[in-house]
Amino acid sequence: MTLERCLLLAFALFAIGVYGALTRRHLVGLLISIELMLNAANINLAAFAHFRPGDATGGATFALFTIAVAACEMAAALSIVVAMYRRRRNLDLDKLRSLREPIEAEPGAGKAP
Amino acid sequence: MIAHGYLILLFPLLAFAVNGLWLARRNGFAAGLFSILMSAASLAYAIPLALEWFAAVHGGDASAPVEAWRFTWLPLEGALKVDFSMILDPISVMMLLVIGTVALLVNVYSMGYMRHDPSRGRFFALLSLFAFSMLGLVIAGNVFQMYVFWELVGVSSYLLIGFWYEKPSAVAASKKAMIVTRFADSFFLLGIVLAAYAAGSMDFSVLNGSAIAAMSREVSLGGFHVNLLFLASLLMFLGGWGKSAMFPLHIWLPDAMEGPTPVSSIIHSATMVVAGVYLTARFFPMFAAAPGFLDLVRVVGIFTALFAAVIACTQKDIKRILAFSTLSQLGYMMFSLGAAATVLGGVNTAAYSASAFHIFTHAFFKCLLFLGAGALIHHVHANELDAMGGLWKKLPLTWISMLLACLAIAGIPPFSGFWSKDEIILAAWQSGHGLSAALALFTGFLTAFYMFRLYFLAFHGEPRGGHGEGHGRHEDPWMTVPIVILAVPTVLSGLLAKDFFHHFALPHQVLSESPVEHVAWLPATAATLGILGLFLAFVLYGRRGADAKAALSVEGRGGWYRLILNKFYIDELYLFVARRLLIGGFAGAVKWVDTNVVDAAVGATASGTLRSGALLRRLQNGNLAFYIGAFLFGILLLRILGRLPL
Repeated sequence: MTLERCLLLAFALFAIGVYGALTRRHLVGLLISIELMLNAANINLAAFAHFRPGDATGGATFALFTIAVAACEMAAALSIVVAMYRRRRNLDLDKLRSLREPIEAEPGAGKAP
Repeated sequence: MIAHGYLILLFPLLAFAVNGLWLARRNGFAAGLFSILMSAASLAYAIPLALEWFAAVHGGDASAPVEAWRFTWLPLEGALKVDFSMILDPISVMMLLVIGTVALLVNVYSMGYMRHDPSRGRFFALLSLFAFSMLGLVIAGNVFQMYVFWELVGVSSYLLIGFWYEKPSAVAASKKAMIVTRFADSFFLLGIVLAAYAAGSMDFSVLNGSAIAAMSREVSLGGFHVNLLFLASLLMFLGGWGKSAMFPLHIWLPDAMEGPTPVSSIIHSATMVVAGVYLTARFFPMFAAAPGFLDLVRVVGIFTALFAAVIACTQKDIKRILAFSTLSQLGYMMFSLGAAATVLGGVNTAAYSASAFHIFTHAFFKCLLFLGAGALIHHVHANELDAMGGLWKKLPLTWISMLLACLAIAGIPPFSGFWSKDEIILAAWQSGHGLSAALALFTGFLTAFYMFRLYFLAFHGEPRGGHGEGHGRHEDPWMTVPIVILAVPTVLSGLLAKDFFHHFALPHQVLSESPVEHVAWLPATAATLGILGLFLAFVLYGRRGADAKAALSVEGRGGWYRLILNKFYIDELYLFVARRLLIGGFAGAVKWVDTNVVDAAVGATASGTLRSGALLRRLQNGNLAFYIGAFLFGILLLRILGRLPL
């Protein structure tokens, strides 16, 4: 096991996460993809801590810390998802676009968006 | 007495402040009384001050200015500073007395004339402001102080000409007076700046003395070589050119009669229009040193005198005739100052004193003529000679006084106008300007003709309508008393003051050459021409059976008559220049540039911002995946460009 392989794994994991984040249409799928990207970062932290000469506890502690933060974040995000579902009965990202700019409004026409 | 000479100014200023701020709106009658009281106090202070000044300078050099007081108002760079001071010399003392007298009598007269005007309190306040401004102008010891009061005179004349501001013609006339004189004043200001820059001082004593040598040099101006002294003189004289309504800037003065008649009286006699002549007299040593400059003054003066006299022969409006006669007389005064330059290149100071003398005598008879005209207008409720005729029975005291004033302005001996006009023509002749003197003599003939045309048509013959018929004798003492009082100096001021002006009213710091001996035939010729003009007017308008209606009618007149009646279409020419060339041509081009270049650039900026904004708004599409992608893409881009540390 070398540092390169660890980094390649983290890169692959991150790329999968990015791909998922860009293509998933379900909100929960998006959250999972983000979680993948976070884990890629954690792998990087652990790998550098392991292959770096000297004490490895710093990196491992950091990774643990990140996992804890991510867990909290997920708890909050999932509760938002639940609230969103109760409100909209829908978790399709293509349909949840109420914050977008209405395209039919012409410039300078004075219409309220 | 002399050290507190500022009191002469403060009395009218106090009247203006008290009337304008408080009394005018409460009680017009009380405001009038207060104005009369203050102007009387001003005159009462001016007379002993003049006597004290005279006693002090008697026997010495009377033309040297006595400084009554001085304080520095604005210290500018280096030695250049703006002082306020009061100087007493023959012309300023003479003007103090003339302005004081005229202002007092006009105030008294206005009590009668403005009796029924609801806003007469405002009128009295403005009249006091006018007197204050003119008094400040004549005592000025430096050109900047003169300019301050010069503009005050301008603004108070604007307010008074437009006093009846509900009348559109009065508003137009006041705007015309303001714009024309302001146009000229802008050159005056340029001249002041130039002179102050070149001479390093604004005091008349410096500008008329040591600065002349410093300014006598050629400067290059846009490729032309001009004499700096001539240029500064010309710029400053242009201010007087407009204020004294010399051709072609005369167009505002005939319209200025839109104001109440007492205003015309004070504008035409003692304030405002003589300011230009006074300026020229004040700068006389400097103007005389500028090569060829006095010749310009002379030509402008004699041309205006003749031009206005010709127009006055055809007018029907009594105040308009008097306005053109003022133009003509102002032309005489300017002409006289200009004629001081002799053909041999010397300076004939007799011409200077003749001009001051004419200011003096003219103020009284012209004030009387306007006050009398006001009485006629008040009586018949019309300005046109068409509505007058046979008024001598109705207004006997006005009639006698007006007759005396007409004799004075026509130059019939021994009335005042004869003496001063004679001095002017004589001085011009002595300086060697034969042609100009001949033109002045001819103008004198025309003056006698048009004044007696007015006189016969207004006072004699059959009454021709007007509202005043059947009232019997009807003279208001408030109005008649000043008219009768003015008749005294109208008759006597020439004879009595002649020697005073001859010996004392001389320009300071100017070397005179010995005048040629007195030409005996000249006064006789002038008097004969005046009597001829009078006689011609009598034959045409005054004798029994003269048809006054036909004399006033335009029917069957030739083209020349119409040309003169319409004042040579000078006003129309101005309108053409203003409307077609300035507004239509130049302003049109400026408007095109404004619409198509300036406004277009602003519009393009605005619409460009809107359009690019509309493009950017499409990024806000609400697609979460797109946002994430854009975010990552941005980070990558920054990384590639090397802006993010790894």
